[in-house]
Amino acid sequence: MTSVSRINRLTPYMFLAPAVVLLVVALLYPIGYMIYASFLDWRPSQYIGEAEFVGLRNYINLWNDEAFRESFGVTLKFAAVVVTLEMFIGVGLALLLDRNLRGMAALRTIFILPMMIAPIVVGLMWRYMYHPTVGIFNRTLKDWGFEPIPWLSDGTWSFVAVIIADVWQWTPFIFILSLAALQSLPQSALEAAEIDGATDWQKVWHIKLPLMMPVLIVALLLRLIDAFKVLEVILVMTNGGPGLSTEILSLRIYRTAQEFQELGVAAAMSNYLLILLIILTTIMFLYNKGAENRAERLRAAAQEA
Amino acid sequence: MFFEFSFEPVVCVGSVKGVTAAPDDWEDTLPTIRLEQVEKSYGAVRVLPPLDLTMDDGEFTVLVGPSGCGKSTTLRILAGLEDLSGGEVYFDEKPIGHLPPKQRDLAMVFQDYALYPHMNIARNMSFALRLKRAPASEIDEKVKRVANMLNIGHLLDRKPAELSGGQRQRVAMGRALVRDASTFLFDEPLSNLDAKLRAKMRTELAEMRDTLDKNMIYVTHDQIEAMTLGDRIVVMSEGLIQQQGTPEELFKTPVNRFVAGFIGSPTMNFLDGTIITEKSKTFVQGEGFKIALPAATARILESHASRDVTLGIRPSSFTTKPAKSDATIDLRLVVSEYLGAQSTLVTRCGDSDILVEHESASPVKSGGMLTFGIRTNEIMVFDKTTGLRL
Repeated sequence: MTSVSRINRLTPYMFLAPAVVLLVVALLYPIGYMIYASFLDWRPSQYIGEAEFVGLRNYINLWNDEAFRESFGVTLKFAAVVVTLEMFIGVGLALLLDRNLRGMAALRTIFILPMMIAPIVVGLMWRYMYHPTVGIFNRTLKDWGFEPIPWLSDGTWSFVAVIIADVWQWTPFIFILSLAALQSLPQSALEAAEIDGATDWQKVWHIKLPLMMPVLIVALLLRLIDAFKVLEVILVMTNGGPGLSTEILSLRIYRTAQEFQELGVAAAMSNYLLILLIILTTIMFLYNKGAENRAERLRAAAQEA
Repeated sequence: MFFEFSFEPVVCVGSVKGVTAAPDDWEDTLPTIRLEQVEKSYGAVRVLPPLDLTMDDGEFTVLVGPSGCGKSTTLRILAGLEDLSGGEVYFDEKPIGHLPPKQRDLAMVFQDYALYPHMNIARNMSFALRLKRAPASEIDEKVKRVANMLNIGHLLDRKPAELSGGQRQRVAMGRALVRDASTFLFDEPLSNLDAKLRAKMRTELAEMRDTLDKNMIYVTHDQIEAMTLGDRIVVMSEGLIQQQGTPEELFKTPVNRFVAGFIGSPTMNFLDGTIITEKSKTFVQGEGFKIALPAATARILESHASRDVTLGIRPSSFTTKPAKSDATIDLRLVVSEYLGAQSTLVTRCGDSDILVEHESASPVKSGGMLTFGIRTNEIMVFDKTTGLRL
């Protein structure tokens, strides 16, 4: 009797064990490793056990490191600009294309193609297009008699260039999510609004956008998290330059580890980024949880009514 | 009951000028609504063949028919939610077929209520007025008045999701009433409610019909709603108007088998047979029955001798314990549905199920043959092929 009940009690844990082991090996161990590494002065040529323990020095030094702070600023600026643009364009396009016209299905498929391309390829593609002499932009400008633009050799223009590439690749993500949200809106509520005298614009403002908001907030947070981690496109296009103008944090981390060979410092940088991402993810979970609780409360109230 | 107080000045009459959607020429009178050769197709699929229909001002018109008969499409065309494929809609003499809904001066109650999920009840009800930028004090006053009338005054701060089905239904009604439009459209407004609530709301709607001087057009598939609410009923099937008239006209003089079978509860029984004449009396004979028709009916049928017909006999036209005569029928009792004050007997004659309303104090035992008399003057005779009443 006792042994049977003990087995029963243990059964769920036995089923969970493989997943837990996998999680520990694949996630917790590397993260722990990285946290430990961030307290070391560690070169790639050394075995980790031989590296000198320096406590919080890496973190403190970074705090005072101009290049790191600038890189942090570039990352914030980059994320803010691309996500804002992607939200406006993506939602706008979805609002425009949310109708059953001929050929719309094909158009929607074409719209989401950029998302399917590997980031490194996107980077290469845009680098060719931004080429100072043979790239399509400058070539066209020249044919039309305009001055060429120093796309990747001027600090401001290169920041613009990487933003255009990211917006091109990720606006479709906002677009599909918005379109899905729009198409699941209660049609009769929109018809009721029409009968109530709402113009198309008033329907968007008073009905569609408020009802899409839960999806939009999650989409925004997902995009923000992604924008903070972007690496390959910029690595290939500008490698952070010219100067530090496009050196976002993940690129700085990559270069610190690969070029400057300071693994401990790179690990400390990663942890700063990790903290930022944890904050964003937590906001998203809290928001979802809050939405669930609200829905639950409303259901309960309806039961009572 | 929300109409037990004096209702007259409340909803529509006390409107403030400038807030109503009605253009000047509509202000004091309700429009007569006329559909002229209105038709609707989706690509090659025609859902509504050309249709003519006139609804007099102040009338409560019910469009009734089985699902897919075109009644909802007709209503949505009236509302402006569907484009016309042909024909024109007139409010009085003004063609409105090309106008968007908001220029048609109408309010609508949807089957699924179509409340705005993110707005509380007060904002749901006031949406139209807010779009029109009515003064806040007036919006507030109208919403409160209508909400109190509908017994939802205590729910104004809630979201639709916090309400029961019946309460949401009232909010939908309230949102239409606040609008103060000339014409109210109802698209199966009660079909999502449970039976008891539906009956209650039906009664309240009937009271509303009597107190509100408005055009009301009501779509339903439920003939009981049609009969109890309509000043005039339009029976539709397969996009065609089968018959229109008062509830009594439809019940007593249906033009064809479809209308006869659709109107009335329990539904009319149909028996196929042939007209025969024996000894100068006219009978209809079929599998398991031979019924003599009264002289008046027989005269109408004179020219149809030996024709195949369908007899229509309402469940209420049977009498029990008759003397054996040529106006009786033998039916095998299959099931007796005891309802208390009366029973509905499900019987069989040949292959046909025959419903019989049986007023009795006690349940009837199933099984065995029973003989019923028929009030033959209530029998209707239809052409078997065309379904038209002879």
